[in-house]
Amino acid sequence: MFVRIFLLSLFFLISVTPLSAATLADYTFEDAQKAADFRNVIEEMRCLVCQNESLAGSNAELAVDLRNEIFDMMTAGQDKDDVIQFMVARYGDFVLYDPPMKPSTYPLWFGPLFLLLIGAVLLIRALRKKSVAQETELSDNEQQRLDTLLKQPSDSKDAKK
Amino acid sequence: MIPEIGHYALILALSLAIIQAIVPLAGSYTNTHSWMALSRPLVWGQLLFLTLSTAVLANAFLANDFSVIYVAQHGNTKLPDLYKISAVWGAHEGSLLLWAFLLAAWSAAIALFSRNLPLPVVARVLSVMGMISIGFLLFLLLTSNPFDRTFPVPFEGRELNPMLQDPGLAIHPPLLYMGYVGFSVAFAFSIAALLGGKLDASWARWSRPWTTVAWVFLTVGIALGSWWAYYELGWGGWWFWDPVENASLMPWLIGTALMHSLAVTEKRGAFKSWTVLLALFAFSLSLLGTFLVRSGVLTSVHSFASDPERGVFILAFLLIAIGGSLLLYAWRAPYISGGGRFDLISRETFLLGNNLLLSVLAGLILLGTLAPLIYDAMEWGKISVGFPWFNKMFVLLTPFLALLMGVGSISRWKHTDASFLVKQLKVAFIISMVFGLLTLLPMFSGGNLMVGLGMGLAMWVVTSHLVNVKERLKHKAGFNGFLRDLSGGGRSYYGMILAHMGVAMFIVGVTMVSNYGIEQDIRMSPGDTADIAGYEFKFEGVSEFPGPNYNAHRGRFLISKDGKQIAILLPEKRTYFVQTRPMTEAGIDWGLTRDLYVSLGESLGGGDWSMRLYYKPYIRWIWIAAIFMGLGGLLAISDRRYRTARKRASSTSTLAAGSSTPAAAESHS
Repeated sequence: MFVRIFLLSLFFLISVTPLSAATLADYTFEDAQKAADFRNVIEEMRCLVCQNESLAGSNAELAVDLRNEIFDMMTAGQDKDDVIQFMVARYGDFVLYDPPMKPSTYPLWFGPLFLLLIGAVLLIRALRKKSVAQETELSDNEQQRLDTLLKQPSDSKDAKK
Repeated sequence: MIPEIGHYALILALSLAIIQAIVPLAGSYTNTHSWMALSRPLVWGQLLFLTLSTAVLANAFLANDFSVIYVAQHGNTKLPDLYKISAVWGAHEGSLLLWAFLLAAWSAAIALFSRNLPLPVVARVLSVMGMISIGFLLFLLLTSNPFDRTFPVPFEGRELNPMLQDPGLAIHPPLLYMGYVGFSVAFAFSIAALLGGKLDASWARWSRPWTTVAWVFLTVGIALGSWWAYYELGWGGWWFWDPVENASLMPWLIGTALMHSLAVTEKRGAFKSWTVLLALFAFSLSLLGTFLVRSGVLTSVHSFASDPERGVFILAFLLIAIGGSLLLYAWRAPYISGGGRFDLISRETFLLGNNLLLSVLAGLILLGTLAPLIYDAMEWGKISVGFPWFNKMFVLLTPFLALLMGVGSISRWKHTDASFLVKQLKVAFIISMVFGLLTLLPMFSGGNLMVGLGMGLAMWVVTSHLVNVKERLKHKAGFNGFLRDLSGGGRSYYGMILAHMGVAMFIVGVTMVSNYGIEQDIRMSPGDTADIAGYEFKFEGVSEFPGPNYNAHRGRFLISKDGKQIAILLPEKRTYFVQTRPMTEAGIDWGLTRDLYVSLGESLGGGDWSMRLYYKPYIRWIWIAAIFMGLGGLLAISDRRYRTARKRASSTSTLAAGSSTPAAAESHS
């Protein structure tokens, strides 16, 4: 159901012009901290009907409604966490640009570190091997052959073309 | 009739590509000189036909030939000529044509600058380029023909996406694609080497300048895209971790790793199999990047063309190209010799560390970009992965990269004494620590650790490289010695220094703008003023202003500091005639230490407008950094040894076939 709405909205979005004149300028808070929290919260949430735009950046109808709703919640005394809880309960983790840390997102959060760890182990193994490896310098014979080759004018068979 | 010529030229190019993919390669195995020699003329033929094809499409736009679907969709009689040309690559079909054209251009460049390469190598490399070309030309002809006609012919075209009607974005795709396609050269060299079983230092020396050139294009292309997003999207941001941006950053990171790894392979004959793997991945990610953006798999603000029906072809192509090359690698890699030994503390080790970090960064971007798709497909719940996640990961890992950069570039090959490093870097380290700590003082950042970290690291990169240059010049006679070094074999060295200075500038820019940037959303009536960071923004009102294919509302701002007027900003809100989506054009007063940025929001009635005002300290440094990196790359490839090396290459390689470490044959500069 949700997915269908999402896709439909994507489809219509191309022709959607802003329906409301509401702007971020109209959201004023007495408390500077609260204003910053509001700003952060709407920046870190996805506009659900847009192509990768935040609630702060979008002028889609739903984004405007949600901004108003969040503003009302915060002026009524609720804090950032309450808003996040409310939004996740309604729209799921999809709404958050900052995915929550929980078992299902462990692969996401720890994946890079796991990758780094594997890489580091392989690297150290390779380094160990390298530091005891035999130096494969050219033998005298090979060096001589190289020197004569280098002295010759370059192989002109290909160079002519 | 003319568009059919373009179509026909595409088919001819495909025919030539097929011959090019098979005949020279076969010739290299049977040692048939004439078959191998065919590779160069075939490449020129392909370039000729693809140039013709591209020119025909451009002509269709200029002539407003709306009987061609692609032109009807993206052209318009009122479109300025510049954008008629850039509309050629403004959407799916045309951008693929550009890809194929650039591939032919790179192939021709190989044909031209490979006079001193052994013929079998040239034949194999160009054959691989031909194979890639087959993939793209088939994709064009089977699923995305830009020359398809429509009937009845529309009277007017639907115009290029207004977002793309901008000089910056007119040249951004060609630059980016030059980078993407450029990695195909390193890829082709690697595949050719795997096929021929000759992976040696001369292979690295041939691949290196090509890789660097591709990297320079990609660097500048990405920076241009970022700059465009900054002034065109009206959010004042320079990077959004949008899937499309990520798609270009992954090949860049792997390409950067490849450049460093190639240095080791060329100088020391080591990391061969790793270098080959990186070359394969850099190009695979370029392919992935092209298709991720174009297939519509990922929907994002930049995805202009979406057509899932092409997905099957794309998937098959990626599978053959990436899977095939990895299979070949798995088959051949065990026979690649290991190269010379080196100690735990050596430049090789630090460069490997750099490679590890860069690869992990690329890996995590891939993970973050694809995670929403994976979670959705696996039914693990729908998630979004956005800037908070990427920023955390990058802040966690990139500092180590900057640290390694200072240590690695001053270390010696094979073996470096720990005491030497300590002696050299002691002062640089102390200066950086002190500098970083100073920025934490109340009068500066007031304990903002991010600022301390960023500024300390930037200082570290600068000072450690200063020590490095000083050490190098110790044995050269003063300034004249420096000049002689620069005109001689020192260019790749100074190129490295220049590019690394770019990294330092980048760190400063990012640190400053993300910690000291100020943004304000505000409602203004004509005559209102707003104060930001000591600058006064006076709003004088909005007037209408007609453009060639749009109507604009243009705001007028007087900016003054300490009562003195310093700039007039004219931000615009444009409504294009055909596609009515409103577009912002930010008004920017740029400076080396700060940008002042105004973007026009909505009309609120009665002459009032909503505005976004920004103060962006040091943001220019981010893009200037990219220019430094690009110049560094160009300086490096102008190094004398790439010119003289070509002459020797053919003779050394014959020896290399029989010996395991030709690296030892080269002087360690």
